[in-house]
Amino acid sequence: MRTLILATALALSAPAAFACETFTVGDLTVEHAWSRATIGAGRPGVFYVEITNAGDTDDALIGLATPAAGMPMLHETVVMDGVASMPHAMSIPVPAGQTVALAPGGYHGMLMDLSTALKEGDSFPVTLTFEKAGEVTVNVEVLSLRAEGPDCEHAAQ
Amino acid sequence: MRLTGLQKILWAAAGIATLAYGAFMVLSDRAPLPVAQAAFRPTFALPDAEGRLRTPADFAGKHMLVFFGFTNCPDVCPTTLSEVAQVMDDLGDDAARVQPLLISIDPERDRRLGLAEFVTAFHPSILGLAGDAAQTRAAADSFKIFFEREEDPSAPDGYAMSHSPALYLIGPDGDWLRQFTYGTPATEILADLQSRL
Ligand SMILES: [Cu+2]
Repeated sequence: MRTLILATALALSAPAAFACETFTVGDLTVEHAWSRATIGAGRPGVFYVEITNAGDTDDALIGLATPAAGMPMLHETVVMDGVASMPHAMSIPVPAGQTVALAPGGYHGMLMDLSTALKEGDSFPVTLTFEKAGEVTVNVEVLSLRAEGPDCEHAAQ
Repeated sequence: MRLTGLQKILWAAAGIATLAYGAFMVLSDRAPLPVAQAAFRPTFALPDAEGRLRTPADFAGKHMLVFFGFTNCPDVCPTTLSEVAQVMDDLGDDAARVQPLLISIDPERDRRLGLAEFVTAFHPSILGLAGDAAQTRAAADSFKIFFEREEDPSAPDGYAMSHSPALYLIGPDGDWLRQFTYGTPATEILADLQSRL
């Protein structure tokens, strides 16, 4: 199953709906899952999300899976001595009582080998695997190429 | 090791020289030295999408916002290009006096994937330049920026690029004016440009 789920009537009436959905698994809350539109499918896409651990046990994000990309990976953008690179992240810690953001300029899901171009307004599922809490599948909203994040009314800025 | 010791020393020396010259200009009551002696004028000669060789002379009289990057970069590069696009939108009529440039540090792949299509999707005013390896290295050296290709079997096409992610502002006479470090908000870049235009 490599087809993208198109955001249809729902997206038209509530443009920010997908990225503002909240998903839970165990003590973890996953929200603000979004991606950027791509030009064609030849370049990798990106995946951003926020994870809150309300429990008292540390957890970690250890993997991604999605029908939208053949090779999704966890990356971390590192700017050191004025040079940016994005090494592979084996896992992203989600400490007890904290919120961790995969956000521009830091941790991100790198969606390599895209099945198809990501178009603004589309959405696609991503399954996140946590070391302790297990798996949860979230809907990812594709925002514009120039987006810096979803605009959710409840989002604390 | 991202920068060699020598590169760090060169950077530091350039910074000190700039500061020293600035202090001299501010503090000295003597006639200033001819500007040509102190100005840092980075240069490039790189083809655009139509294969026309472009140099800073093509943009004389305009400010240039120069970014070194590559299009297979879904995290850092769109952030900077989005900021540049926002600045160009917000400049209004003054946008005609600013030329944003993306110089590809991954030119072979970017030409194959389509650099012009990528940059203009952010803003129609952004011009993408992609040369050969020697032209690219010469431009980077002239701007004193770092980039490197790292073999990485898990990366697309088996390699990843690391690079200086700052945005450089060049004046209408080709002088290097300043850099905006990665993540500088568009509003700050806009305010700086508006104070100069
Ligand atoms: Cu990445």
